[in-house]
Amino acid sequence: MNDFQYFRMDQFPDFLRQLMHSGYRVIAPTIDQEAIVYAEIQSIDDMPRGYTDEQKPGYYRLQHTGNQRFFDYAVGPHSWKRYLFPPLQLISTSIKSQDGWTFEEHVDEGESYAFLGVRACELAAMRIQDRVFLEGAYVDKNYQNRRKASFIVAVNCAVPSANCFCTSMNTGPKCKSGFDIALTELSDGFLMEIGSSLGNEMVTPLGFPTATEEQLSESESVSDHATEQIKKTMDTTDLRNRLIGQLEHSHWQDVANRCLSCTNCTMVCPTCFCSHVEEVPDLNQERVDRRKSWDSCFNPGFSKLHGTPVRNDTRSRYRQWLTHKLATWHDQFGESGCVGCGRCITWCPVGIDLTVEVAALCEEEP
Amino acid sequence: MNQGTSVPTSNSAWKLHEIRLISRKMEIPIVETFEFEFVDSAVGQQYVARAGQFNMLYIPGYGEAAISTSGVSQNTGNIEHTIRQAGNVTNAIFRLELGQTLGCRGPYGNGWPLRDLEGKHLILIGGGIGMAPLRSVIESLKQSGCSFLKVTILIGGRSPEALLYSAEYDQWRSSGFEVLTTVDHSTTGWQGNIGVVPSLLDHIELSDPNAAIVMCCGPEVMMNYCALAAIERGIPEDQIFFSLERHMNCAIGHCGRCQLGSYFLCTNGPVFRYNQVKELMKIPEL
Repeated sequence: MNDFQYFRMDQFPDFLRQLMHSGYRVIAPTIDQEAIVYAEIQSIDDMPRGYTDEQKPGYYRLQHTGNQRFFDYAVGPHSWKRYLFPPLQLISTSIKSQDGWTFEEHVDEGESYAFLGVRACELAAMRIQDRVFLEGAYVDKNYQNRRKASFIVAVNCAVPSANCFCTSMNTGPKCKSGFDIALTELSDGFLMEIGSSLGNEMVTPLGFPTATEEQLSESESVSDHATEQIKKTMDTTDLRNRLIGQLEHSHWQDVANRCLSCTNCTMVCPTCFCSHVEEVPDLNQERVDRRKSWDSCFNPGFSKLHGTPVRNDTRSRYRQWLTHKLATWHDQFGESGCVGCGRCITWCPVGIDLTVEVAALCEEEP
Repeated sequence: MNQGTSVPTSNSAWKLHEIRLISRKMEIPIVETFEFEFVDSAVGQQYVARAGQFNMLYIPGYGEAAISTSGVSQNTGNIEHTIRQAGNVTNAIFRLELGQTLGCRGPYGNGWPLRDLEGKHLILIGGGIGMAPLRSVIESLKQSGCSFLKVTILIGGRSPEALLYSAEYDQWRSSGFEVLTTVDHSTTGWQGNIGVVPSLLDHIELSDPNAAIVMCCGPEVMMNYCALAAIERGIPEDQIFFSLERHMNCAIGHCGRCQLGSYFLCTNGPVFRYNQVKELMKIPEL
């Protein structure tokens, strides 16, 4: 049984200062270009306060709520993967020698980040990427170092968006494990659940009191209320087999007629892990960096055989993305690759909603 | 048959080893066999690749290409690759001069099934450059000391000049292996078979189909027809193996590019049982 403590809203700066004094750079929600994104903060004043987000398929708008609450919104376009699996990273450098080349691998020590405001679906997404990068035959040391160096402050969702369906994917809205600290924003402060010994060490100097029964029960009702607000669903019963049985369904073309193959869904997805490596030579061609960047199965050149693309149209690329995420991911990693965060629905420029497409794909052809 | 333990020379994802080109030999037009040695001989001594595994060869500024091993490198420190000049990276490899160095990661992939082959009838089928990963099987078999029921090697090429490793066929025959060839188009003086590779399967002597193991590498369409021809001869589906291909970027199951259905070709393959992939190969653009 985890330990529960409580701190008042006016003690939130003390909590933040404690993270910083412990040597962490704190990454938290901030506002940039009218969206909530994850960036480094120096004080709680850098965080959005009194905001919520309205999300629909292909739609995201921030709104003022008129209150002083910190976390009354769902997830934005960023996910924590940009800090654990950065969009662009140096992996090795080649230096020209007399008779060829010498090589130097680049292994990042891992910045000590404290992630503040990690939602339950995002904890699930981290676990999923752990399986890809840490638990297969090969370990991505850069990812491993960053993951080890990070401190996770989760936040239980109070106000989900209309695109959230974590309840269907069994990942939220309440954080169950995988955090050092989990906060629930109450009416006048935060309930703080301590999830690890590292978390315990962090907060012990703050001397916050043990939470009262009333505070625990208020926290429960926050999560219950959040659960009730989640209306979007996806029927996951035997979903893997249902989708694999429909690889030639006519509805794939129907989606392809709308899909722009823009890659937005894969960029905002907190579990998508595909990448490619590019060569970056200096002007003299004497030093060549190799840089790994995010890639997408929606790019025509993503999968090739004998120099030509394997998936020539949007239909086959959308099918690859959706069936990997929801079906073959189970075979490869023992679980779904979807956490129900709804980002791919919100940030799709034409508002393609995978929950709707899945329902259509699982219907027998007329 | 001892396969040795095959692990990459480094468990680090992107660690490249320097290798040096020590010899190259023209095989057929735009195909050559390159021999490399590890610059650090300690790395070379640890290097063990199984037949059917591949290395990522790297030329800075051009990138990496996944290339099957074509020889046997049991602790000799040397690796052999038969390479077809096809893209940016292989073109750059063809421009290398003896003594120059390049990068290498590997070996990766599962390799051909070379366990428990005692008493089996091995049928190796290679089309074009597809013979390259099978040559390492042939080299392993020669060294294995294993008593096979029979070893049959079926080789297809576009023309007689395009039959890979033709200078070695007599040597393979003197090792007791049956070698049959066929070409798509004949040229003057060709007395041999004309036709597609799968048709060779119709003519070989097959005393016990249940003892047959088929290892096949070539264009997907060729492999599919080979499987059908083998099944026609009574060979069980799960005794037919394909080596599949997709461009690879990381070779360690992290980049997603070589996915086919539930498999990453780099880590789950490149060698698959026919019954593992036959349904997947029927679906266009999967």
